[in-house]
Amino acid sequence: MLHDPTDPHPPPEPTRSRAGAAKAVAAALPVLASCSGPQSTFTAAGSESESILHLFYVMLAGASVIWLFVIGLSLYAVRSTPARDSARIGVRLIVWGGCVFPTVVLALLLYWGLEKMPGYRRPADGPRIAVSGERFWWRVAYDVEGEPGIVKSLPTGGVESANEIWIPVGRRTEILLGSPDVIHSFWVPALAGKTDMIPGRVNRIVLEPLVAGVYNGVCAEFCGDAHAQMGLRVVAVPEAEYAAHVAAMAEPAAVVSGRGVDAFLGNGCAACHTVRGTPAAGSVGPDLTHVASRLTLGAGLLENNRENLTAFIRATDHVKPGVQMPAFGMLPDDDIAVIANWLGELR
Amino acid sequence: MSATHDGRDAEELRKGQEERLNKVWETPKGWRYWSVVNNTEVGIWYTATSFAFMLFAGVLGLLARVQLAVPENDFLTASFYNQVYTLHGTVMMFLFAVPIFEAVAIVILPQMLGARDLPFPRLSAFGYWCFLIGGVFVSGSIFFGAAPEGGWFMYPPLTTQERFTPGYGPDIWLLGLSFIEVASIAAAVELIVGTLKCRPPGMRLNLMPLYAWYVLVVAGMILFAFPPLIAGDILFELERLFNWPFFDPERGGDPMLWQHLFWIFGHPEVYIVFLPAIALVAMIIPTFAQRPLIGYSWIVLAAVGTGFLSFGLWVHHMYATGLPSISLGFFSAASEAVAIPTGVQVFVFIATLLAGRVVNSVPMLFVSGALAVFVIGGLTGVMVALAPFDWQAHDTYFIVAHLHYVLIGGMLFPVVAGVYYYWPLVGSRRLSDRLGKIAFWLMLIGFNVAFFPMHLSGLMGMPRRVWTYPTGLGLDLPNLISTVGAFIFAAGILIIVFDILRPKGNQPYAERNTWNAGTLEWLSEVPGKSWGVRCVPIIKTRYPLWEQPGFMEDYDKGRFYLADAEELQRETMVTSVLDGEPVQCLRVPGPTFMTMIAAILLGAVFIFATFHWWEATLVAMVLTTISILVWLWRGTSLIPEKAEKDVGLGLSLPLYKSGPQSVGWWAMFITMVGDGTAFLSLVFGYFFFFTIHEDFPPTGAPTPGLLWPLVSLALTAGAWAAAWAALKTNKAGNVAVARVLMAGGTGLALAGGAALVWAPYGAGLDPVSHVYPATVWVLVIWTVAHAAVGALMLAYCLARSFAGRLTPVYDIDIENVALYWHFMAATGLITVAAIGLSPLAA
Repeated sequence: MLHDPTDPHPPPEPTRSRAGAAKAVAAALPVLASCSGPQSTFTAAGSESESILHLFYVMLAGASVIWLFVIGLSLYAVRSTPARDSARIGVRLIVWGGCVFPTVVLALLLYWGLEKMPGYRRPADGPRIAVSGERFWWRVAYDVEGEPGIVKSLPTGGVESANEIWIPVGRRTEILLGSPDVIHSFWVPALAGKTDMIPGRVNRIVLEPLVAGVYNGVCAEFCGDAHAQMGLRVVAVPEAEYAAHVAAMAEPAAVVSGRGVDAFLGNGCAACHTVRGTPAAGSVGPDLTHVASRLTLGAGLLENNRENLTAFIRATDHVKPGVQMPAFGMLPDDDIAVIANWLGELR
Repeated sequence: MSATHDGRDAEELRKGQEERLNKVWETPKGWRYWSVVNNTEVGIWYTATSFAFMLFAGVLGLLARVQLAVPENDFLTASFYNQVYTLHGTVMMFLFAVPIFEAVAIVILPQMLGARDLPFPRLSAFGYWCFLIGGVFVSGSIFFGAAPEGGWFMYPPLTTQERFTPGYGPDIWLLGLSFIEVASIAAAVELIVGTLKCRPPGMRLNLMPLYAWYVLVVAGMILFAFPPLIAGDILFELERLFNWPFFDPERGGDPMLWQHLFWIFGHPEVYIVFLPAIALVAMIIPTFAQRPLIGYSWIVLAAVGTGFLSFGLWVHHMYATGLPSISLGFFSAASEAVAIPTGVQVFVFIATLLAGRVVNSVPMLFVSGALAVFVIGGLTGVMVALAPFDWQAHDTYFIVAHLHYVLIGGMLFPVVAGVYYYWPLVGSRRLSDRLGKIAFWLMLIGFNVAFFPMHLSGLMGMPRRVWTYPTGLGLDLPNLISTVGAFIFAAGILIIVFDILRPKGNQPYAERNTWNAGTLEWLSEVPGKSWGVRCVPIIKTRYPLWEQPGFMEDYDKGRFYLADAEELQRETMVTSVLDGEPVQCLRVPGPTFMTMIAAILLGAVFIFATFHWWEATLVAMVLTTISILVWLWRGTSLIPEKAEKDVGLGLSLPLYKSGPQSVGWWAMFITMVGDGTAFLSLVFGYFFFFTIHEDFPPTGAPTPGLLWPLVSLALTAGAWAAAWAALKTNKAGNVAVARVLMAGGTGLALAGGAALVWAPYGAGLDPVSHVYPATVWVLVIWTVAHAAVGALMLAYCLARSFAGRLTPVYDIDIENVALYWHFMAATGLITVAAIGLSPLAA
């Protein structure tokens, strides 16, 4: 598993590993095992993704055997000279090969596959986090309460953040999914399957990471020009660390006055962004109160450092074509540097 | 002495017959060539055009592959890439995969049924021109950077709201494709009637070539699958053009309705593409196994079963939308079940190969490649049919791999096999074995190199529809391999194109029935004749060329029906639906420019509407109506010079039939079934909102009330009764009474329409404010438009009656209009029940 070098919280050793079974199968398939990574379903670091990977390996084995059989039989059929009662054999082949065999195999597969579903939908026992997919980033709110209303859509309140979700390892965290604009789809391949974020509706998904680490999430439903660059990070940590992180996110910004704040407010950034502790309270774009503590910039796109911050402010649409934020290249370099420096301090 | 004399006489007679047939079926020369409506010409245009669209979409696919060859590439911009992938999918599905079925069927179906042409050649030609104009319009948009970029599935609200998708892209997609759907449905009607009514005498349903069975199944599927999409298009375009909020949750709409309507179309679509290709395989395999297919009834049942099941699977495209587990379970089961009839079809082929002595050939090579590739796609299909695995695979490159394995293995390879197999019928020469083999291996290897790695890149986290991807995730290598494979595959396609286009003048003609096949299309002389068939044969077996002794000689000597064209009219035979008993000698119309003119005018309606040129749209609509009326007036329900004619072998058949035995009645019936399906899809939309909202209509909102809807219903019922009574009185000879009824019916229909419009208008329902008034208005507009068409039809009958073209005996017009009115009455009843009664239930 890749680990992001900028992560301020290096993941501890796995707290418990139920991923053993999947790993054993994967070991038998070295090609597939080498396909793991922070965005891969082969990493199988969640209870759901692990179970689905197992399902896939079994189906893959079955499919390979069936394919070899069908192709072998066809080759034989093309080359062989017909037997005397070949027509009768042919009808039997149709009945057994075309009807009986698939019916039995598919019934078994269906039973086995569907039987797993209630497990995936077991109730959550961890925190409840609201995530709203917006063109082209993710609004995150920790510890929301109450039943969600119809969107604009998700419950209000909670501790707001963006493009990065921390969750506790070994707990089942419920994520409420919505969207105020178009349909997006929330997918963290290493942890679980995807669920759509649909305007006017609230969907739910439960993430249960088994191994601590940083996992990539992506938008899996085409949502416009910057769809390809709408990513997020899921950081799975032990429960205590999770609590500390949410508490830290609830704090106001670390630096709330100075040239940076003035330039930020003076150039209109506050129309869209919130920095708690300052007068900036815009709600169109991501909350920047703790922007420097995040792993990435531009929704999973760039490593979070001063240089990239500057580039993102100056040439936003070049870095991320289709992005909704206008580029601020017309500002004096000095202003951009001051703003970037200040944002870089908001840990 | 008399024997040789008789022989010479017979020879003379035959020469005369052939001359007359040649003259009647002659293809016009010069610029008038484009007025041709003959299936042999139109079918070839259709096939060539859809292949051209395939090559265009293939180039788009290559552009996408170049962009994705390396991570963080900037060969294409995000916006252009999105246009490229949207058009690639759209053109491949709507302008190649479906039309190629209709095109090939138009070419070979009549020959296979021993018919001179399909029953409505002008309808085929009209469909072709619609297809060409609409296709060029949609494809051409990319050269102006104005192509749609919302994906071939066009999910709202991304595509419906101006703030997310400015410009004309989605309008071009919707209106351009709606126009092409008209062509698809026209062809479906034509093919269903052709299969049911134009078979040769003796060819009962269970003796039909398998290809005809598949045509019947697939055309039936088009009839039920395309209308929901048309209904969806109507809602979509009303939202985009006039801000009616069908998919806008803020005003009660729901984006999920589009997904349901789209996939109720979209999933059967996959089988609409796949089954006709399997039908080609079902013709090719017996020929090269040199024996009849084993399991005829099994494969027919499997095809019909696939057709039915395919309408119960659409939700598997929506597993990630947050549905309850019970729906997921049901649709997983249904999706797995469709693998069973598919398995039957594959095993029927294997069984036939096993029981036959297989002759190697290029078509067989492509068939075996198809099998190997398609089975992989089928097996991954079984995987993604299971909801939990689909949650991971959905909308990733795993699905891209799966769908290409299914479509290229299940459709493109068989179609290429079909091209190599049937080319001698079209081009009189065989295509090259050597080039065919080279092309096959390039395609097979290139395809697998391109698409197999996509299974991996998808599961490694690469979503679909991304114009770029970051490095460092392990996606670089599989993507580079895919791009290389795509170009190898394209090289194979190019070789086939070269093989088809290269001049073959110095190559000898293929022998007649060059593959020694057993079915009727191989009766065709080399080079082919424009009359289609020399005479209409009597069929007693499934493979008459193998199983009916002396068949080809009898055929060549004109010893069956309709060996002559004494009156110099184009004729073919109509038989009964089940048993193929001769019913009528049908006069089919010849060349005309009317079809092209009508298609151009109808195209203008759609294109002007795309750019919001409303006055021009209106003018074009009026002109289209006029052109269609002129076409009908001059070309249909022509009164023959005599009631019956001798068709040979001592059989005399009527030249004119109306009612359920005529082809026109069936065409009207089938068209109205499709039309009714579109209407029911709109009603589905109404009740979809009824079920998702707790109060629908919203409390306090104005409703159309009961009075005016009921008044409208009474008037519509009156018009229906008048149409029916006009038919009966006219048949009984009371022409004057019938005319009064036609005139009265016209008035009642218009009054009924006006009363129905008044209901929501008088109550002040504003379609922009909420989805409730919008859905009411949609049902009302649909019904009123149909009432207006019904009124026009009755007025047309009245005019025909006065012109002496509609008489008590020759009454096709009023028969078909009365049939239309049965459907119209049901439409009126359902609309009134929905908008008048459902508010009472709420």
